[in-house]
Amino acid sequence: MSDNSITNILVAGIGGQGVMTAAEILAQTALAQGYDVKKTEVAGMAQRGGVVTSHVRFGDKVLSPAIPPGEVDILVGFEPAESLRWCSHLRKNGVAMVSTTRQEPPVVSLGLFDYPEDPVAQMRAANIRMHAFDAGAIAVGLGNFRLVNTVMLGAISEYLPFSPEILKNVILERFRKHKPKLVEINEQAFEAGRAAQAAH
Amino acid sequence: MNAVNPLPSGERLFISGNEAVARAAWGAGCKVMAAYPGTPATEILEYASRLPEMYSEWSVNEKVSLEVCIGASLAGSRALCAMKHVGLNVASDALMTQTLIGVGGGLVIAVADDVGLSSSQNEQDSRFWGRFAHVPVLEPSDAQEAYDLTRFAFDLSEQFDTPVILRMTTRICHVKGVVGTSQRRPFNSGVGFKKDPARLVMIPTNAKHRIPLMYRREERLQQYSEESNLNLLKEGNDKRIGFVTSGPVFMHIQEAFPESPILKLGMSYPMPTGKIRELASQVEQLVVAEEVEPILEGEIKAAGIQVLGKEILPRIGELAPQVLRPAIAKLLGDARAEETAPPRTLADLPEVKVSMPPPGSSLFPRPPTMCVACPHLGIYYCLSKIRNKAISGDIGCYTLGAGHPWNALDTTICMGASMGVAHGLDKGRTDVDGDQKIIAVIGDSTFMHMGMQGLLDITYNRGNVTILLLDNRAVGMTGGQDNPGSGRDIHGEESPRVDFAKLCEALGVKPERIHEVNPYELPTLFKALREEVKIDDTSVIITNQPCVLVDFYAAKPPLRVEDDKCTGCKNCLDVGCPAIHVTRRETVVKPNGTTKELAFVRIESSACTGCNLCPSTCGPDAIVPVENFIRQ
Repeated sequence: MSDNSITNILVAGIGGQGVMTAAEILAQTALAQGYDVKKTEVAGMAQRGGVVTSHVRFGDKVLSPAIPPGEVDILVGFEPAESLRWCSHLRKNGVAMVSTTRQEPPVVSLGLFDYPEDPVAQMRAANIRMHAFDAGAIAVGLGNFRLVNTVMLGAISEYLPFSPEILKNVILERFRKHKPKLVEINEQAFEAGRAAQAAH
Repeated sequence: MNAVNPLPSGERLFISGNEAVARAAWGAGCKVMAAYPGTPATEILEYASRLPEMYSEWSVNEKVSLEVCIGASLAGSRALCAMKHVGLNVASDALMTQTLIGVGGGLVIAVADDVGLSSSQNEQDSRFWGRFAHVPVLEPSDAQEAYDLTRFAFDLSEQFDTPVILRMTTRICHVKGVVGTSQRRPFNSGVGFKKDPARLVMIPTNAKHRIPLMYRREERLQQYSEESNLNLLKEGNDKRIGFVTSGPVFMHIQEAFPESPILKLGMSYPMPTGKIRELASQVEQLVVAEEVEPILEGEIKAAGIQVLGKEILPRIGELAPQVLRPAIAKLLGDARAEETAPPRTLADLPEVKVSMPPPGSSLFPRPPTMCVACPHLGIYYCLSKIRNKAISGDIGCYTLGAGHPWNALDTTICMGASMGVAHGLDKGRTDVDGDQKIIAVIGDSTFMHMGMQGLLDITYNRGNVTILLLDNRAVGMTGGQDNPGSGRDIHGEESPRVDFAKLCEALGVKPERIHEVNPYELPTLFKALREEVKIDDTSVIITNQPCVLVDFYAAKPPLRVEDDKCTGCKNCLDVGCPAIHVTRRETVVKPNGTTKELAFVRIESSACTGCNLCPSTCGPDAIVPVENFIRQ
């Protein structure tokens, strides 16, 4: 983590993927651990299929809410090209957690731009420390693509300054309150994310 | 929506700056809150509407929201209206005279500047209004201060008999932080509406007596600004540079230059000149870091104090640490400062060659686009097929029609401008444009905000514009808020729903020139459009299907593409639906020797909601419903 004991997490993806929810869960977990926390929210136009990022910073005292480029400790990338877009914001020993489920925007379908053939390979070539796996396929395999969020949180849980169990409990507690039927499947998704991280 | 319960005071909440403003107003005994939705300020009223006992409303525009709050204030109660920066342009007519009247109960105007233009047509600095209207400007630097300053603003308003501007920016509105709250104060009581025509009826003879009072108030506020601890010096040992700043830049400077002295202006107007002069005398160089215009800079220089500002800092966008660091390092001529700054891109890292661009730097853009099955898709599909036209657009999701694949918007100025601009395009046409057809596109909420007057102007002056009124029963771009067209109030309770056809008729459009059309029925829509643009009169085509993001919308089973039937013609791609993806491309040579690009497609069934728009563009009927589909 950074010298001034601030943990910087950048969550990146596309409107509608659950970027904001993942960031909110991370922020709430850090808050429960007694950290000072700041979190940016993106609203308005970015919701309309555009790039969505959320910055989560926590530590003893957080000042500026935005993570300066080059100071990201953990990049949570919900999409491979979006991970590529933001990976240069990682600090030298930072880590990228990348879901390889591709989402091509209309500008690519229309033939105006090309989608990179292998974004993950480009990141590897740039010596990015990373884990890359198809979180979408894992979620669908568990029965619901919306579980991607929990899969990704499980995957980064080993890199946080608190134990994976703490993060898992915050997630499950949210479901226990509002959708108790989904507690068990989210626990599976979280563990599947952890396993995917360990395997990739 | 449900009330937020329980609401203990002294609680520590993790909330955004917007939520903090609403919560603070509630805590300050504010009785009336009003707003028109606008990014980045929308959530202030959304949150307020869930707090108990306080009246809140979506007003039809910002001017009305301010007027409602002026009335509530004159009635003796505390009131707050919230808006985005351009909203205060609309409300300014009320503000500029209200400042002469003063207040009854405290009156606060929370205005949010979209610094960096995340979702706006321009980047404005609302601090100017403080100078123009001679009212104080408070600037929070994080969510906690948004809470504290909002509560304080009501006291200040009542103490000095003035409206107070609370100036926010996106980095305040949309950043969550830990906020400590305090005891709720009761509503104002015991003092009601006081009839006082000499003060409240602003005819020239009365107004001219109020102007000197306004200036005297400003002088007292000037004195207050010098003495108040809202304007506080944060000491620092590095005396090479002292900063004057306000708003979120205070946090950015502390992050980038923890050892520098900073005069932080919680009350940036009237400006505390004496405190600035004092800091200037203690440091080698004074720098003013402000988002976005050099307002303080000009006033500091006018006071004869040497200061650097926009000579070294950008005039647009945020003054984030990564923007401040190199500018200040350059000013200090300090190569080490540049070196010791954390690397900003991978290109700065030693093991990567400096000449190599950072990975991802040449990636495709991912601009915002219309949603899957958006009712606007068919409208823009049809508009893109009309020849020889000029289309004036407006503010809302449908502004995205300017993008690919439709490219079917020619102007966007401000709320409601599509009407007047279309009329002017018609009346001002030159010989070059001949019989070019003039079309205006406006959403339901924007029409009610400021478009109705424009339509009245067109009919009154016997104009010739074909108007597409996109009624999707929501303020779409800001997240689907209710409006008089949705038939629900801010709490989701039933309220009278405006009848757009009757309204347009009342505004002078002939009944036979008003059509209600389902925008998913492409042939009907296209026929109506093609016929109306030919007629030398003003027509209104009202499209009547709801935004896909609001609960009026009902998803249907999704569609799929039968691979063996798809001919790669690309017609469906002209709809612009994000659920349609290209699987492969081919180039074929036709018998006459010319080449043709083909693109074979698939539909992402998990995203498709079966709106049935794309099948009507498909010649070979290759798009069919998914059978036995269960939506997750």
